[in-house]
Amino acid sequence: MTRTRRRRLMLVGGLFVGLAAAVALALTAFSENILYFYQPSEIAAGEVPTHTRFRIGGLVENGSVERNNDDLLVRFTLADCEASVPVQFKGTLPDLFREGQGIVAYGALNESGQFVADEVLAKHDENYMSPDVAEAMKNQQGESCMPTNMQAKR
Amino acid sequence: MLWLHRFGSLPYFYRISRPIALALAVPGVLLAAYGVYGGLVEAPVDYQQGDAFRILYIHVPSAWLSLFGYTSMAVAGFVALVWRLKLAEIFLVAAAPVGASFTFLALVTGSIWGKPMWGTWWVWDARLTSELILLFLYLGVIALHNAIESPRTAARACSLLALVGVINVPIIHYSVEWWNTLHQGPTVTRFGRPAMEMDMLVPLLCAALGFTLIFGWLTLWGMRAQLLWRERRSRWVKRLFSDG
Repeated sequence: MTRTRRRRLMLVGGLFVGLAAAVALALTAFSENILYFYQPSEIAAGEVPTHTRFRIGGLVENGSVERNNDDLLVRFTLADCEASVPVQFKGTLPDLFREGQGIVAYGALNESGQFVADEVLAKHDENYMSPDVAEAMKNQQGESCMPTNMQAKR
Repeated sequence: MLWLHRFGSLPYFYRISRPIALALAVPGVLLAAYGVYGGLVEAPVDYQQGDAFRILYIHVPSAWLSLFGYTSMAVAGFVALVWRLKLAEIFLVAAAPVGASFTFLALVTGSIWGKPMWGTWWVWDARLTSELILLFLYLGVIALHNAIESPRTAARACSLLALVGVINVPIIHYSVEWWNTLHQGPTVTRFGRPAMEMDMLVPLLCAALGFTLIFGWLTLWGMRAQLLWRERRSRWVKRLFSDG
């Protein structure tokens, strides 16, 4: 390798390493803002500021979904392994909304501790299978109170 | 020796690139066709999403190629910057529009999937945002190349941008593991418990491999056009067209 090539290699390599380090530092510094949602237990622990809008992610508790007959108001509770938060929402729900499903809701807490959502999104997991296989897996493992795809990363 | 290297290899590349492109195109199209047919028609329905999950047979290969394409451009950019290899410069420039197209396809199919499944066309989560930035990086490379007159200077600027932008690639890949995102975690690259049934996975892998070969074919074809344009004043190109 000639001297000019080695110099270019050092220059380009050094530039790249420096830039990568800068981006890594910036992302670490901003990581709080990149978090997409909070969990019910964090809300119960008071780690989430009140009077601001935020996202909450959890599982729709079995048997908790109540619908109104005359309008689109839906009430349900979102839970993780430790806590649950009552949620109300008026609007159309995504196809994947069902009891036991991971959901991310956007809104704010009201005075009575209810989460008033104006957007409800379903989060699906990375598993794909046919209904027969899903049935067999369910019998084998039972259901988790918080599947890995809904666990907060801290 | 240097003279040989520079002017000898380009006509040679031009000659052999045609059969290579054909050798990529035929199995590529066959594999992609098998994969897409197997995914859209033969694979079983998903237990949660029903038939809607089938869009992943386009979405996943496109997303994979958006990352693969940019990474290969960054490697070519590195080689072009350090060794000033013309073929690397030409590859970088030719791969950009192909990669940009796959990135666009990944974003659009994901959006169409997101509306019924998630309940929204778009969210600003880490995965979707970083993939959108990737599209802008591709467009930046294309724009930069068109903006600078001298092909060598243009290629050098594009190489730098490709190299800088490649930092985004691991961010895209690991975004779903590092942060809470609406987008789900990795299915195919996950080890251990299979995240996808074999009947669904095999067509997906075939489609991904087929799309990759098609990517190579299209890029090679773009390289040939780029090569002719850049060497249009050289004797071998003139001879190529005067003979018939």
